[in-house]
Amino acid sequence: MMKHIIRRLLGLVPTLIGITLISFFVIHIAPGKPTDIQTSMNPKVSYEARLRLEKLYGLDKPIYAQYLQWVKRFVSFDFGRSYLDDRPVSEKIAERIPITLLINFSAIILTLVIGIPLGILSAVRRGKLSDKLSTIFVFIGFSAPEFWLALLLMNLFCITLGWLPVSGIASLDFESFDTCGKIFDVARHLILPVTISAFASLAVISRYMRTEMIGIMGEDYIRTARAKGLDENTVIYKHALKNALLPIITILGLSVPGLIGGSVIFESIFAIPGMGRLFYESVMARDYPVIMGVLSIGAILTLAGNFMADIAYSYADPRIRVTKDKKLS
Amino acid sequence: MRNKLAAGASLFILLILLSAVFAPLIATHNPAAVDSRSVLTGPSRQHIFGTDRLGRDIFSRIVYGSRISLSIGFIAVGIAVLIGVFLGAAAGYYGGKLDMALMRFVDLMLCFPTIFLILAVIALLEPSILNIMVVIGLTSWMGIARLVRAQVLTLKERDFVAAAKVMGAKDSWIIFRHLIPNAIGPVLVSATLGVGGAILIESALSFLGIGVQPPTPSWGNILMDGRATLGIAWWLTVFPGLFILFTVLSYNIIGEALRDLLEPRLKK
Repeated sequence: MMKHIIRRLLGLVPTLIGITLISFFVIHIAPGKPTDIQTSMNPKVSYEARLRLEKLYGLDKPIYAQYLQWVKRFVSFDFGRSYLDDRPVSEKIAERIPITLLINFSAIILTLVIGIPLGILSAVRRGKLSDKLSTIFVFIGFSAPEFWLALLLMNLFCITLGWLPVSGIASLDFESFDTCGKIFDVARHLILPVTISAFASLAVISRYMRTEMIGIMGEDYIRTARAKGLDENTVIYKHALKNALLPIITILGLSVPGLIGGSVIFESIFAIPGMGRLFYESVMARDYPVIMGVLSIGAILTLAGNFMADIAYSYADPRIRVTKDKKLS
Repeated sequence: MRNKLAAGASLFILLILLSAVFAPLIATHNPAAVDSRSVLTGPSRQHIFGTDRLGRDIFSRIVYGSRISLSIGFIAVGIAVLIGVFLGAAAGYYGGKLDMALMRFVDLMLCFPTIFLILAVIALLEPSILNIMVVIGLTSWMGIARLVRAQVLTLKERDFVAAAKVMGAKDSWIIFRHLIPNAIGPVLVSATLGVGGAILIESALSFLGIGVQPPTPSWGNILMDGRATLGIAWWLTVFPGLFILFTVLSYNIIGEALRDLLEPRLKK
């Protein structure tokens, strides 16, 4: 098992290098330089001053040299400083990341708590009314523009009814609350974004669960279990469910980039100061170091998600571990 | 019921397609005509979906917007299918180092939150319709490449491929004539779902202000236009949103029905 983990970890290094390479070149294919905003818009800036500024940021060097310099600093987790406010990029990201992770983790948990039972229900009552209704329900979540739902629900719950706070993650008088009050306050702010995010990803989990359950219910060992006279609940929840849950681990690992990407939308609409919002702001201001930092961290989070899913899977299903190791060695 | 649902979805898509093609005949007003006498009026007999803050007819804007939104869906998916089928078939057929390199590249691309990449490229270039189509296409071919590769891997061991080889067929003939046509089923499912996905991405880009730029109407930017006046003019936000929802929903239902047809394991 340990050998498997180490081998997988080493395999991540080239992927990580590839990710930083793609990010770097995507950013630099764009015409124009970030210094343009500070210089061309300002007629007082001389040509020499402009060159000095470019030199200060290292933008005068050829692109491969800029990349190598970036990598050199990246190894020690130094992403450089923001062009906007000169603060270290790592610091800017570090203060934003917990909020984004909190929202996404809550959304994943809510999705699982609703999606898995819904998928089982759909599979067991396949073709019945409850299957059809739940199918349509999850499909609507999957097909509706998230920000549209957010706008409508925000208008209903926050403005018309006044039950929930409109935006942000905490009230203005947040500091005056005790610990319990603080948790409650943040929870109230996060209800809408987390619910909508979970509604959107419900389809993936519940449909997958349904397909897996239907497939497994047709297997021989389920027939054996039924033939032994076990009652249907034991067959479904003890025999079938265990195997159907396995692929969900992989799906979760794969859903990380989608969730991180979705946070751009949610954080914009609910004015949540998270990583998605930071990315949007830095893209709009051509703040290269921050764009690179967020893209790399996003990709690292994705790799971490896939890695954990892989390890969890091979822990839960020994067949994977054995065949994979054999093939590789 | 399954089939009725899929039939209903197909009918809806057909209607939307027809209205996009025959937009000038179906629109009740000029979508760009500003009318200061009827600003922000609710749905009425004259303006069935109401008007926006410039007095433009929302129904007509949605009808014309369907041209833009659907073209983005189709062309983006077309690009993704082309790249995905080509790279997937090459990886599966030739195997070896090429396969390794291509699949590694697919893994890499899958590590990026797609919307981050799209956002970065569109914002740094410029949000033209062409850029939006191309960038969505360039960031959504990976699933199709994997599907095609897996299909080709099993197909190339089959006897009819061996027979073609024995008869002296060239690689390109085998790939385009024998392998790809047989691998196209799952691609069709994926492409159908992809059209809905691309329409959603365009609307999300509009929300962020870097989608199709006004005054050209797209479903996304009509919707966003109504954001500021949601409290007093709900029709501006609700109608375009419903069009996006029903269109994407229809594509997903059709895609799912196709998948059921092609996946024998799920058949009773």
